Amino acid sequence: MAPHKLRIDRDSSGLDGGLLARLHLDLPLLLLLLLICGLGLVVLYSASGQSAEQVDRQLLRLGVAFLLMIAIAQVPPVVLSRWSLPLFLIGLSLLLAVLLMGEQSKGAQRWLDLGVVRFQPSEILKLALPMMLAWYLSMRPTPPRLLDIAVVGLLIAAPVLLIAKQPDLGTAVLVASAGVTTLFLSGLRWRLIIGLCVLGAAATPLVWSLMRDYQRRRVLTFLDPGSDPLGAGYHIIQSQIAIGSGGLHGKGWLGGTQSQLEFLPERSTDFIFAVLGEELGLSGVVLLMLLYLAVILRGLSIAAQAPDAYSRLLAGSVTIVFFVYLFVNMGMVTGLLPVVGVPLPLISYGGTSLVTLMLGFGILMSIQTRRKLLQSE
Amino acid sequence: MIGADRKAGRKTGHTQGRQRRASAPHARVGGRFDARRMLIGLVLAAAFVSVTASAFYRQVVETDFLKNEGTKRFLRDREIPARRGIIMDRNGEPLAISTAVATIWADPQHLIARADAFEALARALEEPEEALAARIAQYANKGRRYMYLQRRVEPHRARAVEDVVETYRLAGVGMDTEYRRFYPSGEILGQVVGFTGIDDQGQEGIELIRNDQLEANPGKRRVIQDGHRRIVEEVEQLRAPVHGEDVVLSIDQRLQFLAYRELKRAVEEHQAIGGSAALLDVRTGEILALVNQPSFNPNQPRRESAEARRNRALTDVFEPGSTVKPFVIAAALERGLIKPHTAIDTSPGVLRIGRNRVRDYRDLGQLDTTSILTKSSNVGVVKIAQQMDRAVLWQLYGAIGFGQTTEVGFPGERTGYLPHYSDWSSFEHATLAFGYGLNVTTLQLAQAYAIIAADGLKRPMTLFRRDRIPPAERVLTPATARAVRQMLETVISSDGTARRAAIPGYRVAGKTGTAKKATANGYVDGKYQSVFVAMVPVTEPRFVMVVMVDEPSGEDYYGGLVAAPTFAKVMPAALRLYNVAPDDPKHPLILTSAPEAPR
Repeated sequence: MAPHKLRIDRDSSGLDGGLLARLHLDLPLLLLLLLICGLGLVVLYSASGQSAEQVDRQLLRLGVAFLLMIAIAQVPPVVLSRWSLPLFLIGLSLLLAVLLMGEQSKGAQRWLDLGVVRFQPSEILKLALPMMLAWYLSMRPTPPRLLDIAVVGLLIAAPVLLIAKQPDLGTAVLVASAGVTTLFLSGLRWRLIIGLCVLGAAATPLVWSLMRDYQRRRVLTFLDPGSDPLGAGYHIIQSQIAIGSGGLHGKGWLGGTQSQLEFLPERSTDFIFAVLGEELGLSGVVLLMLLYLAVILRGLSIAAQAPDAYSRLLAGSVTIVFFVYLFVNMGMVTGLLPVVGVPLPLISYGGTSLVTLMLGFGILMSIQTRRKLLQSE
Repeated sequence: MIGADRKAGRKTGHTQGRQRRASAPHARVGGRFDARRMLIGLVLAAAFVSVTASAFYRQVVETDFLKNEGTKRFLRDREIPARRGIIMDRNGEPLAISTAVATIWADPQHLIARADAFEALARALEEPEEALAARIAQYANKGRRYMYLQRRVEPHRARAVEDVVETYRLAGVGMDTEYRRFYPSGEILGQVVGFTGIDDQGQEGIELIRNDQLEANPGKRRVIQDGHRRIVEEVEQLRAPVHGEDVVLSIDQRLQFLAYRELKRAVEEHQAIGGSAALLDVRTGEILALVNQPSFNPNQPRRESAEARRNRALTDVFEPGSTVKPFVIAAALERGLIKPHTAIDTSPGVLRIGRNRVRDYRDLGQLDTTSILTKSSNVGVVKIAQQMDRAVLWQLYGAIGFGQTTEVGFPGERTGYLPHYSDWSSFEHATLAFGYGLNVTTLQLAQAYAIIAADGLKRPMTLFRRDRIPPAERVLTPATARAVRQMLETVISSDGTARRAAIPGYRVAGKTGTAKKATANGYVDGKYQSVFVAMVPVTEPRFVMVVMVDEPSGEDYYGGLVAAPTFAKVMPAALRLYNVAPDDPKHPLILTSAPEAPR
């Protein structure tokens, strides 16, 4: 293996250092992630009420997440492909376990206590489902036949319904979007895509009937925040005030009134984007969006250059999930979408989604760096 | 649509080709996904543009409105509580006082998540934990963001809650200072002091008539508050709070208390329906005590009936009966019609006037002027009154304050009734001489006797402490006043009707009155209003006191038996407290053990 690597070193451009290549890291992606996480820590310091303690803890989580990213980058896509089915099955059984004996927290059953770590099995599915679908679809002829689509439909529905039952609408949306994206990328016929869209629209009343009361209320409140200004509408109104009062250039770092005076709910987690909007203004918002956009474009480019169907599907799907993540969060905070508990990727305080996202980026890096390996052979 | 479909079909054809080559290691798949890529690109662009547009809309188009909304949330004007003035007695004892109390509130949405602190919080609030938890849950479930935990509680309880908030680091619990009106003397002064409403405005009594002076004007300050309504910073004081001015009453709480206790005892002992008493300082016109039965507790004014809230000493009138007789004598003395020793024959104890008769309780025979008062002879006083013009009697009654309100200026005060002399029949002329056919309030009667006590000077009465004595109006000559006083002293003697009013060491002059009570059906047998009015010491009177007991229904109903003892129990304390020198060497103070004279 070593001589190969040395050869690559010589072949690579000046930016691709030897160490980076040896660690299977993608420099542009790594730099972007570091920039976003750095900006995230700066915003978090303000959003947490200048709590060095929270920033330290988040820094530790970032360290762990980056290490995990590096670790998964070492795993070749071929191995990932072999892991796909077992990982999916494990994830599914854990979801069942959660439903049967999980821990209740804030009216939802999401957590599994493994003694050492408490974690949400639904997170696993954010990666396991695209992997599973990518593995399955890559083995089937393209474009997928109706039977394949039916199987994929079942594979998506099983975890999504289990997660929605917890209930955890945000994660269900993300997992579903991961599955649908993978299917879409697999080369579905257009008339099937359109057909599925129509079917989806027709199923909306069914989804509505399956939603919990609080979920329905959120949707209704989203449509008219003024109807419940002290209840669920409070989040939407406060966050729009925070963002809007930031203006073009913001009130300055640590200078936000709505966030610093705790008018903004969940300001260091789900609504941290509003803190950025208030303190750094439209310029800060646009800066962050550009960074995110760059990450997505890099991810899509990795997908487009992926050497095989499995890698391509997985890379595309991981990237789109990241996009859905931030669109759902930003859409919620700016008032475009209903309130759904999805954190702002890489910036919100918390470790669960961070680890999932970084593992996804690790997969992207693994795919990207293996491509070069293959090319060099 | 068809065109699009066909195009899509072509693209899928390409992907099939791509699939075949996918296994080839160097396969470049770029360019084969055009439509798919375009769709992804479009979705991405749409999402980014919409989020940016939304942010742009909020941060550029709507920004002024939202900035203003934001400011409204943290910049608040808060009231700075101001204290209502204290009402105190002449010695500075508080009678109505505003004490700082705390209103403790909470944000139930925050509090509901802190069940661990409920027990401590309940203990601090002195409330059962289950009840508190249920209350918080009730407000939280309704989606409320504000609830009162307790309103207007004592400062010590507020401090206990503050400790809990600190220990448990509770968010969303706060408190505001308010003032609560408290009346330490309770029912003793209920009708005089009155009370305030929930808005801290006077509703009755002194609280009402001096509201302008007592009223507090809360200040205003602009503060920055956080999302839990905690004050983070004070920006500026917009208006300073103005505390109310204190009001000093003429009332002496010690005498008030004593008078109240003794009147209450008399009313209970004689099973009366009510009563009132007034104690005046003759030299200044200040009212030292003004009591009523029944009374009410101004700390809980809403619990009491309007009946109990009446300041009867000013709002209820009664026919003064025999207590007006000294003024008939005084008018006659002033005109030189009689002298203290002029003899008048009252036999046979009945005097016929037209179809009516005036009676004494028995045939008292030949009486001099003094004895007419001592024995309270109706026939005697009518015979004197008949010697003078009706206008003379009417003028004197007016001059001593009958038929008009006093200068006290109390809400609901009555003028009493005094018919004009031109309307008097000859029988009315007679009855007016022994106190029927007119009515007065307790306070009016006290004022009238204060004139005799003050050597004929009428001084305006007041409920407020006087630093300067106001000019007085002469109503009787000093000689007449002194002569009447000496005559009235005999009423307290063993021959008189008010032996029970005697005070060892002091000479007392007074008069009893026992008037049949007038109802809608005329005078009723067995219903009386028993009055006693007296001054002390006779040499140079300092105090006048009136005691009126309404409808005593026990064995006794004479003013001398029902009302006079109250005077005898209250007055020694007044004399002692005000260092009034004894003026009766015949009954030295030191040797006396029992305050009551033998009957």
